[in-house]
Amino acid sequence: MPKFDTQVQELKYRILKEVAKSYDRGTLEEDIDQIPYVITPHGAKPTFRCCVYHEREIVKERVKLAMGGDKKNPNIVEVIPSACDQCPFGGITVTDACRGCLAHRCAQACRLNCITFENLRAKINKDKCVNCGQCAKACPFGAISNLKRPCEAACKIGAISHRSEGSTAQIDEEKCTRCGACSYSCPFGAIMDKSYILECIDLMKANEKGEINAYMIVAPSVSSQFHGVRLTQVITGMKKLGFHSVVEAALGADMVSYYESKELSEKGKLTSSCCPAFVRYVETSFPTLKQYVSHNLSPMAMIARYIKENDPKAKTCFVGPCIAKKMEMFREDSAPYVDCVITFEELQALLDMREIKLAELEDSPLDNASYYGRIFARCGGLSEAVQEALKERNDPFVVKGVSCSGLEECKRALTMMKNGRSDANFIEGMACVGGCIGGPCCLTHEVRDAADVDKYGRESKEKTIVDAVKNLVPLE
Amino acid sequence: MVTLSICVGSSCHLKGSYDVIEAMRKLIKEKGAQDQIDLKAAFCLGKCAFDGVSIKVNDKIITGVTPEKVPAVYEEEIAPLLDK
Repeated sequence: MPKFDTQVQELKYRILKEVAKSYDRGTLEEDIDQIPYVITPHGAKPTFRCCVYHEREIVKERVKLAMGGDKKNPNIVEVIPSACDQCPFGGITVTDACRGCLAHRCAQACRLNCITFENLRAKINKDKCVNCGQCAKACPFGAISNLKRPCEAACKIGAISHRSEGSTAQIDEEKCTRCGACSYSCPFGAIMDKSYILECIDLMKANEKGEINAYMIVAPSVSSQFHGVRLTQVITGMKKLGFHSVVEAALGADMVSYYESKELSEKGKLTSSCCPAFVRYVETSFPTLKQYVSHNLSPMAMIARYIKENDPKAKTCFVGPCIAKKMEMFREDSAPYVDCVITFEELQALLDMREIKLAELEDSPLDNASYYGRIFARCGGLSEAVQEALKERNDPFVVKGVSCSGLEECKRALTMMKNGRSDANFIEGMACVGGCIGGPCCLTHEVRDAADVDKYGRESKEKTIVDAVKNLVPLE
Repeated sequence: MVTLSICVGSSCHLKGSYDVIEAMRKLIKEKGAQDQIDLKAAFCLGKCAFDGVSIKVNDKIITGVTPEKVPAVYEEEIAPLLDK
């Protein structure tokens, strides 16, 4: 069994694998009702819910998502109502650690006079409390906590709410950026991304029949994902799945940094456009800043376009850590170039359904991009790359960049830019904390991931951006 | 019009695709054949196991190309296809 961060991911993986296996055999229609019994067999004891019936109901819902989910719901991220535990929304709560002290700093800190004392202990008047958290900060014992639902706490832009105590989570479809932070954070795995693995299998099969040339475009964050095997073995694995060729998205990133450095020095002020969740966040929450979003395609779409320009038989599938990329492939500007998007979790499921053992495979090289294209996978990499591209193009423009790790930092930087209180002329926006290596569909999230990305970057044959792109883009 | 694709897939890239592209570009310019040759990139022509870079002239795949071999490949495989 591959290594995952949590059992939620493992459950998701097992179901994806079962669905993929049946579809690959051509028996999904007959098998579909049986998959819940494969995961929770007859006679089994429940392992993650009150009873086996509840477990099987959840599996049934997850099977639907593995097959593309609710077509009427435009969001890529869906709440599974039967899996949502309707966690209590506690808000500001006095815990057992309250010692009934004399100072009562909590009450002093509360400007709305919500705190009274009963049997020496603090008590919060929930009708008046607005959850500002000042009392929690003031308590020297840390006895007051702000209890939030994990999904709501993970969504830094307030797109998740609940109607009332005891109701399931609701996603505000308009506000939601599809970053997927909620899906990774939910301890019950009640929020999941729609999957396009069936479309991916169609591409694999069409390639095997020679009808198309299927290209897998692999995100640079792959370098931090498959521990215990060489990246070159992972590439062989992708080819064994039935892909004609594997290409680095990082080469698209090299092209992006080249063009983006030009656009920045022409316009004088710019935000990146690589992260689709960030772009959507600007469009929905900061419409006045839309004009500053770079007009470049993302690295994924940029390289996909290049592949299709050179091979009329090409179909492209991106694999990465990202849920928002699944939204991006439907965007008008990317749709002609990107045919499918899957995640590392889904890739693992596909490899295992075909029983491809990575550790036993020979090596296939993966080398097109430069160091700079590859470090796009971690926050800060894009800014470094744009700086480098300016330098290589002998452009004297001086970048004052701000790299935002996660939507909370994006919000701060965008608010300052909107109010004219920022002297930054370039915002690198990454919706996930740490950049793509913090993406919700990474197999693992580890401290060493950023170092793995840098190491992978240093292994590139091409040392500069211009070296990597000089034959691919028209140079000045 | 002759379509000339030079493989820039990882395997060929490491064997020097870009040097072959540069040599080919220079030669095409010298011969003044820019209007008759559509120079493209290809990701993998399926002949990774050979020593040099793979290229495709219309539908014919030629393997083992190096910058040194570019003039010979041009004369033998490309020039006969051009209008005089």
